[in-house]
Amino acid sequence: MDASQDRIRVIIAKVGLDGHDRGVKIVARTLRDAGMDVIYTGLHRTPEEVVDAAIQEDVDVIGVSILSGAHMTVFPRLVELLKAKGADDIRVVGGGVIPDDDLPKLRALGVSEILLQDTPPETIVAAVRRVVAERGAR
Amino acid sequence: MNESNASLSAGPDAGTRAALANDVEAWEKTEVAGFLAKAPERAKRFETYGGFPLKRSYTALDLDETRLDDIGLPGRYPFTRGPYPTMYRGRFWTMRQIAGFGTAEDTNQRFKYLIEQGQTGLSTDFDMPTLMGYDSDHPMSEGEVGREGVAIDTLADMELLFDGIDLEKISVSMTINPSAWILLAMYVALARMRGYDLDKLSGTIQADILKEYQAQKEWAFPVAPSVRIVRDSITWCARNMKRYNPINISGYHISEAGGSPLDEVAFTMCNLIAYVEEVTKTGMHVDEFAPRLAFFYVCQADFFEEIAKFRAVRRVYAKIMRERFGAKNPESMRLRFHCQTAAASLTKPQYRINVVRTGLQALAAVLGGAQSLHTNGMDEAFAIPTEETMKIALRTQQIVAEESGVASVVDPLGGSYFVESLTTQYERAIFDIVDEVDRNGGTMKLTEEGWFQRRIADFAYDVALKKANGDKPVIGVNRYVEDDEKFEIELHPYDSTTAERQIARLRRVRAGRDRAKVDALMERLVAVAKDERENIMPVTIDLVTAGATMGEIVERLKGLWGTYREQPVF
Repeated sequence: MDASQDRIRVIIAKVGLDGHDRGVKIVARTLRDAGMDVIYTGLHRTPEEVVDAAIQEDVDVIGVSILSGAHMTVFPRLVELLKAKGADDIRVVGGGVIPDDDLPKLRALGVSEILLQDTPPETIVAAVRRVVAERGAR
Repeated sequence: MNESNASLSAGPDAGTRAALANDVEAWEKTEVAGFLAKAPERAKRFETYGGFPLKRSYTALDLDETRLDDIGLPGRYPFTRGPYPTMYRGRFWTMRQIAGFGTAEDTNQRFKYLIEQGQTGLSTDFDMPTLMGYDSDHPMSEGEVGREGVAIDTLADMELLFDGIDLEKISVSMTINPSAWILLAMYVALARMRGYDLDKLSGTIQADILKEYQAQKEWAFPVAPSVRIVRDSITWCARNMKRYNPINISGYHISEAGGSPLDEVAFTMCNLIAYVEEVTKTGMHVDEFAPRLAFFYVCQADFFEEIAKFRAVRRVYAKIMRERFGAKNPESMRLRFHCQTAAASLTKPQYRINVVRTGLQALAAVLGGAQSLHTNGMDEAFAIPTEETMKIALRTQQIVAEESGVASVVDPLGGSYFVESLTTQYERAIFDIVDEVDRNGGTMKLTEEGWFQRRIADFAYDVALKKANGDKPVIGVNRYVEDDEKFEIELHPYDSTTAERQIARLRRVRAGRDRAKVDALMERLVAVAKDERENIMPVTIDLVTAGATMGEIVERLKGLWGTYREQPVF
């Protein structure tokens, strides 16, 4: 079955102490309005909580927003946990304020896509669809 | 009986009105219609960023709904034109650039640099663990220590933060909320160690917990005990620190979280009402503490809307304090505010133009009558600002103050048909929201129900759509885009030894203190927390003096009060 035909399921999460949730809520609404199933975890989750919820909810994509500078701590942990739990078919998409120098490092770690400040809604939707299509059916 | 002059409308008298109305009608039919036939306007409808409709031009007729005594005079009720009669003719606003990163020593150096550059007040940014009440060695703090602000765990950190800075001479603002009372306790403990007179200390803690649940999202405990702590800080300062502002009721974060300019100021009035009600329930009269209530607003990009917003909220505050709470002292009715330019308006693309955005916002803040101002660094969309960009931001204020001439006349836009009309519309719209909140059960109830949070998310989503479809122009983002732009920018470095250095000091403090004394004080803390009639400040001061850490105090109280977990709404 072609994965792009399914309704895409996304969990949107805030990890760590960072309370900036303006962007993450806009992303959640944008994806919902584009016809995806969206779960928003709310603030201050641990990577463990997010990965467990993602597996339980059988999502295609985890979207994590970080504006606190802790991205180089949080994303490696998420990718590691997904691998450890045999759930690395779930793709990780990052967003927030992330310095350009860190972008290739995050991609090398296995973050599928990084969407920075002021990314237009249609680009966000297209990126999530592409990430799911590239993964293929499961 | 004739109306007194004071209650007259600011609009024209009957004779002038008829002539003027005729004139306006004729102008629309001839000049305007003729011109529109040749050249239509840029849009069918013009409105402010916050959605207030805008007319083509304003005349004296637009002052009809504004009373002369609502415009008033600077330094006089209802303070529309400013809290003081001489404003910047006396002295300029306080130029207060916020700073904070790394350990206390690192931030202390930045403070000293800013003071050398002519800054006149200090403002402290704390890292996320400090803001949320976690010690630097707590698992939740991993990756965050000293990153977005300075890490403070104990009184030893506070001593280093203000090393070599005379706190009787400079005012210090601390941007902190759920754990604010502990920082205030450390500040007081430090002042006592240095032998300062507490009544000479000026400055503020933010300590506005309600807007945290609504917008900024830093919390430790549920709503009710958190508001009780705010109450205790206010009453304690009223009795012990005459010049200290125990709270900064803040709209800034409401706006930065995506709220409209109207909701920004209206929500602060709702939160104000909740705090004043809590404090007056203890038996303290409003005039005993209201003169030290302070406010904090953003200055967004819509120039005149922001000016009208500031003027209107001063008027609304004055009326609420006098009419609703029975204040008698004019100082209880005069709203003073710190202002920061809008960080979320800054762009990463073509980031140097952020200097211009910030300059215009700073000008609007000054024309709106701010008491102190922080201008953002142009690199804020990347990371915390460097010394160089902070200096340019400070120079921006100095140009407004010393070169532009705008500081020579108090409220120079007072009497503008447009600005007065928009001010009055803002006043009414603020009172409408206050009434709605009153009718629906009050601020604390609606905060717990997510009413404020939903309004903020709705406006944020609207603005995002408008940015995407170009209705809201953002230069460099949806207009005049440079696709091949490369960022060559020097970023403020994060020192990877920060967490180690901080945690080492924290452990030294824990090892060197009298454990039995701290334990006994912790028992006392719990007893005080259980008894609503007690004030939590004195025991907290004793605790930090004895070497208790912020995280230990917060954890102990979480054991009693529980934590807060939001209902996620989007």
